[in-house]
Amino acid sequence: MNNILKKRILADDMKELVVESPQIAKVRKAGQFVIVRANETGERIPLTIADADAEAGTITLIFQEVGKSTMLLGCFEEGDSILDVVGPLGKPTHIENFGTVVCMGGGAGIAPLHPIAKALKEAGNRVISIIGARTEDLLIMQKRMKEASTELLISTDDGSFGVHGFVTDILQSLIDKGEKINLCFAIGPIPMMAAACRLTKKYDLHTVVSLNPIMVDGTGMCGACRVTVGGKTKFVCVDGPEFDGHEVDFTEMVKRSRAYLPQERESKDRFIHEGGCCHK
Amino acid sequence: MPEQDPDIRRHNFEEVPFGYTPELAQLEAERCLFCKKPKCIEGCPVNIDIPAFIRLIKDGDFSGAARKIKEENTLPAICGRVCPQEEQCEIVCVTGIKDTPVAIGRLERFAADYERENNLIEIPDKAPATGKKAAIVGAGPAGLTVAGELAKLGHEVTIYEALHQPGGVLMYGIPEFRLPKAIVNSEVEYVKKLGVKIVYNAVIGRYMAVDDLLQDYDSVFLGTGAGLPYFMNIPGENLNGVYSANEYLTRSNLMKAYRFPEYDTPIIKSKKVAVLGGGNVAMDSARTAMRLGAEEVSIIYRRSRKEMPARIEEVHHAEEEGIILELLTNPIEIYGDEDGWVTGMKCLRMELGEPDASGRRRPVPIEGSEFDIEVDTVVVSIGNGANPLVPQTTPGLDTNKWGNILADDNTAATSKPGVYAGGDIVIGAATVILAMGAGKIAAAAMHRYMMGIPEPEPALEEESSKSKKKK
Repeated sequence: MNNILKKRILADDMKELVVESPQIAKVRKAGQFVIVRANETGERIPLTIADADAEAGTITLIFQEVGKSTMLLGCFEEGDSILDVVGPLGKPTHIENFGTVVCMGGGAGIAPLHPIAKALKEAGNRVISIIGARTEDLLIMQKRMKEASTELLISTDDGSFGVHGFVTDILQSLIDKGEKINLCFAIGPIPMMAAACRLTKKYDLHTVVSLNPIMVDGTGMCGACRVTVGGKTKFVCVDGPEFDGHEVDFTEMVKRSRAYLPQERESKDRFIHEGGCCHK
Repeated sequence: MPEQDPDIRRHNFEEVPFGYTPELAQLEAERCLFCKKPKCIEGCPVNIDIPAFIRLIKDGDFSGAARKIKEENTLPAICGRVCPQEEQCEIVCVTGIKDTPVAIGRLERFAADYERENNLIEIPDKAPATGKKAAIVGAGPAGLTVAGELAKLGHEVTIYEALHQPGGVLMYGIPEFRLPKAIVNSEVEYVKKLGVKIVYNAVIGRYMAVDDLLQDYDSVFLGTGAGLPYFMNIPGENLNGVYSANEYLTRSNLMKAYRFPEYDTPIIKSKKVAVLGGGNVAMDSARTAMRLGAEEVSIIYRRSRKEMPARIEEVHHAEEEGIILELLTNPIEIYGDEDGWVTGMKCLRMELGEPDASGRRRPVPIEGSEFDIEVDTVVVSIGNGANPLVPQTTPGLDTNKWGNILADDNTAATSKPGVYAGGDIVIGAATVILAMGAGKIAAAAMHRYMMGIPEPEPALEEESSKSKKKK
């Protein structure tokens, strides 16, 4: 169960694992995620399903190493298996032929964007994907995003590749050119999603965001993942992960994402101090 | 029963009562009058033959007593610890009229512990294989009961559990100091030895639908348990430091956050904790907060002590450990700082008015009684709604307006043929033993359904199951 069939290092701290998980591979849809627990003492963390192959019975997980749990997972090699993989969780993306859809992805947010862009294109949409990263070396899934989109545009913060600037700068120029856009998806770090929504709100352009807050069970039982949407509390795991970006309280989300910063630092330091991957 | 000293136990997660020694158990067993028409059996939601097992303890056949209990109850070491005996079997005990009732719960615990600790657990004879298959959704008290009963009847049983461990609320909800997880594991092991298979990490409604299960199984039981936690709907509830009791307890119990950083799941280190609510879960949360190192823990409850739904024993234990009860108090706002952390709470004093629909006197705010308290953590423990995942994905499964699955009192049958349900998903948040009672009813009905045995006339059954329900 949950054997790792393939591992790739996509960028410095971005890892890709192809995991044997036939039932999830068969039933998962764009927009859904899994919760994994690496080992007996591990915590439960939500990870995006970046892709799946129903025939091969595999799902693809892509994650950025930001703390102990993701670093630990990054230590896993082909042939290892992840102790627990639960899913698919969350509501699938609402897919139909909307017309022209812009899919914006920043950093690790490109991974959840990929299956959405793919499904939208398959449904007949004209998919303009805009992906970005701090620098060229950190840009992931370029080739796969190109296949999943009608058109792919790229930005880097430092200008090392594509447009010098942010994904929102590219969107702004599309709008300025008079591009008729029916729907937007924006997935990435909270400041990027907030910036995208500020921009699209000015043009009354409906924007869907996919949220990735702290979770524990992922089935609606604990409420750790609550977020304010349109003034109401929602549970990301059962009500989301996708919401109308214009209604999401991003300021609150940022604060909630920092709830365990001291413990996260302690855990990470301890992990590194004890020899990192040796402690798998 | 001897127990850990409050000043010591408030700093550790070890079990509070030590349990009877064989001598103490036999002394207690001798107090039983062995009534000709024992009322205690009727008081028990799973109808354990209480005088029979107490007689075995009296005679020194302790493992025989455990086996006697297990004829009706698959999880005796658990029930001996968490059942509200004082309102079930012990309240009707005849000895209790002039004296304290026989400590049935403690004796049940003793027998089960004795059998386990001395490796005397035996697997009972099972009926010959029927060739029928049943799927159980949820490895909590209801699901484990159905599974054990059906396995004994010769059916092939598979449990689908959403979490990575079995036990449901026994594992994620009830703390180690009240129900050691090794004991839950041991009783689950017993159910597995009866031939029950458990598939973990399988969230039915996402991973597979109930209709998928019906393709492979002859009947399905839904014991998905309590669902989405309720919040107060007051300002400040999304501040850092505000937890649902479910989250607080899950982090500590299931994920072992009390052993952070050895275990990776963190929990906030609190100084002043307010727990909102007056039930057993509120007591568990408050006592957990104390053990996690909080300096001051208060339980904020809007009615008076008399109306508290928690067991008297739990309230007593909490108070012994230094937990403050702020009764007739209702929070109306949680204050936070600019980084989004809880700093305090605004509360109102209440007084009791006329009884409401639940029969308890309704709390009414006293005008102008607002006051502030300083806290850094708030644990909201005011109950759970129904989890929508199964009802949303199961056509033909009827629910009430709160989303609870509708199931027949006498058979646990739902509106969908071959599908049965019981426990918190049907009756809302209740007790372990009521879930197990429903599980026994469901198992009997599923057996009849799978074997093509007609349902018995409901006339007499109805009366007894209804009176049981009210408790």
